[in-house]
Amino acid sequence: MLEIKNLHARIAEDGTEIIRGLNLTVKAGEVAAIMGPNGSGKSTLSYILSGREDYEVTDGEILYNGESILELDPAERAAKGIFLAFQYPVEIPGVATMQFLKVAMNEQRKARGEAELTTPDFIRRVKESAAELKINPDMLKRPLNVGFSGGEKKRAEILQMALLEPKLCVLDETDSGLDIDALKIVADGVNALRSPDRAVIVITHYQRLLDYIVPDTVHVLYKGQIIRTGDKSLAHELEANGYADIIGEAA
Amino acid sequence: MNMQTTARQTAAEAALIEAFNAQVGELPGNGAVISARDRLVDDLKSNGLPTRRIEAWHYTDLKTLLRAIPAAVPAAVVDTPEPLVAGSAVITTRHGLADQKVGIGGVLVNAFSDMLSEGTAAPGLSVIDRDDTIGKINGSFVRDGYVLEFPADATIEKPVEIQVLHGDGQVHTRFPVSFGAGSKATVIERHLPTAKGEAFVTSVSDISLEDGADVTWIIVQQQGAADTHLGQLRVRVGSNAKLRLYVINAGGRLVRQELRIDVAGEGSDLQLRGVNLLGGETHTDVTLVLGHHVPNTTSTEIFRNVVFDRARGVFQGMIKVALDAQKTDARMACNTLLMSDEAEFSAKPELEIFADDVQCGHGATVADIDANHLYYLMARGVPRNTGRAMLVNAFVAEIVEELEDGQLVEALEAIISSWLERHA
Repeated sequence: MLEIKNLHARIAEDGTEIIRGLNLTVKAGEVAAIMGPNGSGKSTLSYILSGREDYEVTDGEILYNGESILELDPAERAAKGIFLAFQYPVEIPGVATMQFLKVAMNEQRKARGEAELTTPDFIRRVKESAAELKINPDMLKRPLNVGFSGGEKKRAEILQMALLEPKLCVLDETDSGLDIDALKIVADGVNALRSPDRAVIVITHYQRLLDYIVPDTVHVLYKGQIIRTGDKSLAHELEANGYADIIGEAA
Repeated sequence: MNMQTTARQTAAEAALIEAFNAQVGELPGNGAVISARDRLVDDLKSNGLPTRRIEAWHYTDLKTLLRAIPAAVPAAVVDTPEPLVAGSAVITTRHGLADQKVGIGGVLVNAFSDMLSEGTAAPGLSVIDRDDTIGKINGSFVRDGYVLEFPADATIEKPVEIQVLHGDGQVHTRFPVSFGAGSKATVIERHLPTAKGEAFVTSVSDISLEDGADVTWIIVQQQGAADTHLGQLRVRVGSNAKLRLYVINAGGRLVRQELRIDVAGEGSDLQLRGVNLLGGETHTDVTLVLGHHVPNTTSTEIFRNVVFDRARGVFQGMIKVALDAQKTDARMACNTLLMSDEAEFSAKPELEIFADDVQCGHGATVADIDANHLYYLMARGVPRNTGRAMLVNAFVAEIVEELEDGQLVEALEAIISSWLERHA
């Protein structure tokens, strides 16, 4: 589903290279965890996948279902089924959450040539998904993310993911700022989306989240490259021994 | 000296004087009102319209901008638009004249023409200061309007909507409104044309909040593309009174809305919010002169402006804090989105503080929409242009969402979105 080949990317504004020859393949149905110390390029990788314009790809390729997505803007990538759950979802005063959800769902449907949702159908879907994620309906009456707690913001991200039904889900540090109850709710939400035609990339610092979202593959990112790939036992090894050994081996 | 001013009289100035001479015999008013009108017209004759050399009019050179004035012709205005909030009490002036036999449950309503005939209007026809051109023109020509008295302790649940409707020509209205002690009400002052030609409109609302009154006053200006709108709101806020004042400008070719506010009672609070939606080749000026005259009062002023095409906007915000007005807390912000390279906005915040124990601040920003916000929307599949439109809308909608009345918020948001859909 996703093939990243020899990717090099830098911050557009100052030219700092963050991703330095990254290779990664994620298959449909797979849950891949990307772990790594601070500053290794984890969030940057998620932004680049989503098409954020603050980063420039200088070399390499990102293929999604065999097609390059480098020329697509974030909205076009989203319509093709790429979803990034943000580590820090932004608050947008003045944009009502429900209006945002409806516009996003219908714009994606339009881009794919599908019929728009009727209002009752839309409301039913939101209510169902919100209930599963134990989201208080009052939250949805507020402007987008405004005044949400850290945990509410993360749940709102997973709600959006559930409603938009993407094919490639990228979760950037979704566990940060969550207590254990919220973590379980969020993990259940993600697990409910696991399917043979959907891939999930879980970016995280800690093993903890991977106890609840069990990965098929684990990749260690360091200085903009994948330096080690393994199965879920690799995450336990990192939890026990830290990154130093693996970094030492790679160097 | 008079010879010079006469020689330099512009077409608009000449038309004003001519219009007055033509109408003077039929304008309502007793002797006191007639002399008040004469003084105002003499002032207009000798001083003319203000130019950029007058500080208060520096960014709105009325002498140059007001090129002509449409002929004063009667116009029949028959329709009554649906009120913004269903169930509102609606009172209407049609081309400058009040309807006969108007009533609002719980509120005393009279025609302003009666005040003119009786002469009780005469003191109010005086100007606030020598630069009060709107007061001069309106006081010279005004024929009618409504006088509203909200009795003490009255709570009027539904909004009162004053519809100021007009056809093409000249229209001058005045609305003295008093809110008795402890009363609670929402008034919507709504300016709308019913014809597509050109109108020259002045309108003065003169409102007072007695002690403990809790008032929401909303000016919705949606004049036509060729119209000149000169509006003035005079406000006196008493002790422990609370005023939420909204100004929504979404129309007109040449617009000046003045807000002359005196915070005159301790413990009072003013929340002033403004939305200026500007497009085409228009000129819109909001000028605030806010006086905090007594201790322990608070005010916040937030203006959001969106400027398209070759439109020009002006915000002048003067906050004066008197020597005695200790513990005043006043915060003013003016934020602008310029949507085209030729759009212009001038913001002139001024603080004049004589007390030494006050909190006062002002800030003015001109910016594009937030790139992070746009990225977030796009990452969810919202195309760039749709996302931009949502964020522009949000930038101003945020202001009206502070209102408690959900129906009113929806109505104002609908005005904003339909304006933006026509201009973006």
